[in-house]
Amino acid sequence: MKKMLAAAVSRVLSGVAQKPASRVLVASCNYSNDATFEIKKCDLYRLEEGPPVTTVLTREDGLKYYRMMQTIRRMELKADQLYKQKFIRGFCHLCDGQEACCVGLEAGINPTDHVITSYRAHGLCYTRGLSVRAILAELTGRRGGCAKGKGGSMHMYAKNFYGGNGIVGAQGPLGAGGQIFEAYNMAALWKLPCVFVCENNLYGMGTSAERAAASTDYYKRGHFIPGLRVDGMDVLCVREATRFAADYCRSEKGPIVMELQTYRYHGHSMSDPGVSYRTRQEIQNVRSKSDPIMLLKDRMVNSKLATVEEFKEIDVEVRKEINDAAHFATTDPEPPLEELGHHIYWDNPPFEVRGASQWIKFKSLS
Amino acid sequence: MAAVSGLMRRPLEQVSGLLRRRFHRTAPAALQVTVREAINQGMDEELERDEKVFLLGEEVAQYDGAYKVSRGLWKKYGDKRIIDTPISEMGFAGIAVGAAMAGLRPICEFMTFNFSMQAIDQVINSAAKTYYMSGGHQPVPIVFRGPNGASAGVAAQHSQCFAAWYGHCPGLKVVSPWNSEDAKGLIKSAIRDNNPVVVLENELMYGVPFEFPSEAQSKDFLIPIGKAKIERQGTHITVVSHSRPVGHCLEAATVLSKEGIECEVINMRTIRPMDIETIEASVMKTNHLITVEGGWPQFGVGAEVCARIMEGPAFNFLDAPAVRVTGADVPMPYAKILEDNSVPQVKDIIFAIKKTLNI
Repeated sequence: MKKMLAAAVSRVLSGVAQKPASRVLVASCNYSNDATFEIKKCDLYRLEEGPPVTTVLTREDGLKYYRMMQTIRRMELKADQLYKQKFIRGFCHLCDGQEACCVGLEAGINPTDHVITSYRAHGLCYTRGLSVRAILAELTGRRGGCAKGKGGSMHMYAKNFYGGNGIVGAQGPLGAGGQIFEAYNMAALWKLPCVFVCENNLYGMGTSAERAAASTDYYKRGHFIPGLRVDGMDVLCVREATRFAADYCRSEKGPIVMELQTYRYHGHSMSDPGVSYRTRQEIQNVRSKSDPIMLLKDRMVNSKLATVEEFKEIDVEVRKEINDAAHFATTDPEPPLEELGHHIYWDNPPFEVRGASQWIKFKSLS
Repeated sequence: MAAVSGLMRRPLEQVSGLLRRRFHRTAPAALQVTVREAINQGMDEELERDEKVFLLGEEVAQYDGAYKVSRGLWKKYGDKRIIDTPISEMGFAGIAVGAAMAGLRPICEFMTFNFSMQAIDQVINSAAKTYYMSGGHQPVPIVFRGPNGASAGVAAQHSQCFAAWYGHCPGLKVVSPWNSEDAKGLIKSAIRDNNPVVVLENELMYGVPFEFPSEAQSKDFLIPIGKAKIERQGTHITVVSHSRPVGHCLEAATVLSKEGIECEVINMRTIRPMDIETIEASVMKTNHLITVEGGWPQFGVGAEVCARIMEGPAFNFLDAPAVRVTGADVPMPYAKILEDNSVPQVKDIIFAIKKTLNI
């Protein structure tokens, strides 16, 4: 321990600053490399056993999850700002509050697994490998956007990530084949290795779950498909549940349903203030008691996996990354007009696309 | 419109100096009503008039409507007449069609017509074709309504125009209001019609105010389905359009008027059954035709207008081929510069008119 402290101090004194902010870090704590945490037991449906109730979190993983969640949180808040400044147009559905879902999910699967989701997709876009720059520039409709400015908020794609879908429920069958119940049927019939994830944030636009669903036990709605209900505000819970679900599928037992109980701070979209169908008190309660980023940080600090200062440094770095990305997103030029007709067909010889009249033509390249 | 004709009458009154029945120097402050308010009024009046009428759809009740078109209706009529549905278009459209078959008069709202694709089997196979298939036994008095076509920055899956798709099907009536008067008169006619009627509204028009003529303020104000309206008289060219582009056509006409070109602008109001007679009569007067629509060019509304003109008496009166101005033949892009160039603009209409007139 003394050696570590000496090393830290000498590093600071020798001026080898890995971070430009020259904050003197004289910590007298023990860094653990990992810690064991208890996590909430998942509700099970048609399953003999479920994910474990304890998990080991390494310092490295913890810091990584924190950074990812904080990046997503800040990115979404930046998107809120850019929308109000009218740099972002159309629909914009933010997922702040739900960060543990996408980060936990990613932690439980491999990059080679395939993921598809709905329109509230920015978090998953990031965890699936798109940079904040590419995401924000897509939101602002610039050529540096991940879809070259042609898709916008709901239509971002990456390797092994199929968007981003504007039509509610459409992603179910695309991932498996019919709409949700039809998808369930075929997945079970053909034993497709599919995890059907429901991020249950309690509301479908302005309608609470109770007013839209005869049964709100979504993890049971797969009927003949087993299911798990998971605390979606705890990134470790999501990770363990995802690992369990992924293993279940990989061992050829067929599909499984995973309901993540989570919450969105924003309204349905930027045109929904989000307070006509729920109280501000409710939102505040969740924020103060169950915020996923806060939960992880508190756990790590209390078990000495990291210090408060370290988290502050990460916050500073994240803020810079987001601000740089926002700068790019607001200064990158729009896509060139000549490319309006491109990308209609794949693997096709060039052809002409008609514009607003027969005299306006655009070239279409694959 | 009412205000314009009022101004026309005044000089005559002054000249004649006869008894004035009323002392008024100017028309009373005209009532301005937005398209949204007009649809709201129309539905409210019909809900009041006939208890078999009811509205269902996503967020129509407690949220007051995703675009606030049904604001206040749930408060006034309650759960049994204004019904919030789960996000299940195929399901609730089917339920609505069944209700119509059983004798009720549902208004089925699609949050946008893009989502009607989820339910299109119910619209076509269960609603449109049933009266025919049953040999005249089973009518389906249902209205499907909602915003159609491009909005602003909502990208490919939320911007499609369905006028051509629904206009293609026998058994359906399809209307496309432009201004507030259209919106109120057509929704009322649609609700009173005993057949399935698709009402293609436009989200960008919801907030636009228009002067409401006094006739439109009556609870029995109806606009007949199947009749187009000449919004502006002209002599040089016939400009046919529907929905929001009608406004663009009128703007183009104003610009061209300064150059001595007088456009006759026709607001189709109904897509199916199409009022081709009004268009023919106009073409026989002006000898030139362009069509303007937001939808894609291939197999579109404009294509149908051109085909019908060729089949009828007006063809021989054309001095130049008819021209279509449409949306670009691409899925709607998101970036503003690309989106702006994917929808017909005033400059495109002016350009096409001049090309047709060989100017």
